[in-house]
Amino acid sequence: MSFQTYLDMLPLLGQGALLTIQLLLLSAVAGLILAVPLALARVSRSWWINLFPRTYIFFFRGTPLLVQLFLVYYGLGQFEAVRESFAWPVLRDAYWCAVITFSLHTAAYISEILRGAIQAVPVGEIEAARAIGMRPRQVYARIILPRAFRMALPAYGNEIILMLKASALASTITLLDLTGMAKTISAKNYMPVETFITAGAFYLVITYVLTHVIRYLEKHLHPDRKEPVVIVG
Amino acid sequence: MIDLHGFGAQLLAGTMVTLQLALAALIVGLILGLLGATAKLSDLAPVRLLGNGYSTLVRGLPEFLVVLTFYFGATDILMAIASQFGYDDYIEVSAFAAGTTALGFIFGAYASELFRGAIIAIPPGQAEAARALGMNRRQTFTRITLPQVWRIALPGLGNLFMILMKDTALVSVVGLEELMRVTAFAVGRSKEPFTFYLTAAVIYLVLTSIASYGLRRLEKRASLGVRELSS
Repeated sequence: MSFQTYLDMLPLLGQGALLTIQLLLLSAVAGLILAVPLALARVSRSWWINLFPRTYIFFFRGTPLLVQLFLVYYGLGQFEAVRESFAWPVLRDAYWCAVITFSLHTAAYISEILRGAIQAVPVGEIEAARAIGMRPRQVYARIILPRAFRMALPAYGNEIILMLKASALASTITLLDLTGMAKTISAKNYMPVETFITAGAFYLVITYVLTHVIRYLEKHLHPDRKEPVVIVG
Repeated sequence: MIDLHGFGAQLLAGTMVTLQLALAALIVGLILGLLGATAKLSDLAPVRLLGNGYSTLVRGLPEFLVVLTFYFGATDILMAIASQFGYDDYIEVSAFAAGTTALGFIFGAYASELFRGAIIAIPPGQAEAARALGMNRRQTFTRITLPQVWRIALPGLGNLFMILMKDTALVSVVGLEELMRVTAFAVGRSKEPFTFYLTAAVIYLVLTSIASYGLRRLEKRASLGVRELSS
């Protein structure tokens, strides 16, 4: 295969990569926002507050993302009420369906990460906050959540990278993300293996950059953490 | 009860194909995982590079892209290999075979890391003791190392299997008549996408729940005779 064929596909794949990154950032942020109340409800001791997040997490972790995507994109149109509602222009659009599904999906995973982090906040710190007279809301806002977010960051980073890879499914609902673009190109140049491998290289580059951004954030949020001392003999 | 428009039997058949696909990919994946782990722990640098390259690359790529590459590329790759041996006819790869290989290939990449971790977690003194008793390398591996590797790697393998079960849905896109594709077919006929995709979701939930129950049982069995940490 000639060098020219690669040159021809690069700008198109670049466009696809932009859409992939857009979908990823939107759903990573929306997922985090959704996950906070879910996680807070999940750590509650009363079962009826617990019930919704438990069911939610069970459903979204137990079924394939592809099913969830099709449920939103194809499924919702079954109902007259949805088709006539104000939300239809949004729910008819593959782009928004992908954003909505990815956010709901990743929120289930992030909320479990946050739950683990919330439960890992040392009890002594909570007791100390109460002892100096903070109300429960203040304890959450000032002590528990900031602590939990920092502890959850590495796992959240993992989840973003998993979501980057899962976002390839956007191509199944007609979106021209990185994978969708690769499918389109390979249908024209009849070189699926070469095209998919080039698209794969794009994914690896995005993963590499993301890993470094997350590592930078981790350092930034732990300014007091000491670097391991390296003794050069 | 929801009306399945007479597609119940077909959905069941699709579920069976999904299960077969998951189990076949599991076997391929376990073998590739063990091979990958041995490659990573090899004394030879090129072999180590191969093992590490395999898991690093595959883990960095979207599962869907890997499935597509295998499906569209399997024919090309096989024919290129076959023509080296002087065989020039057209080779057709079934969706099941391509799906099994692709999913097994992905599973193996993650499993090789798990197996590597489990192998190095076993105290080297045990292997030395086995050697001192006169076992050869193979006996040491199958009788001493492997049973313990299984126990240590099992929880991680369980997670991977749950992911694998859900990834089988990806193979529907390349034309295998498994649960997801049968569902799409029923949707086309009945014009009731929500009903059918929800049914499929419930079936997947049942499958993953059964799998997680089975895994808990397996973990218990693998840890027979191991003292639990009491707190």
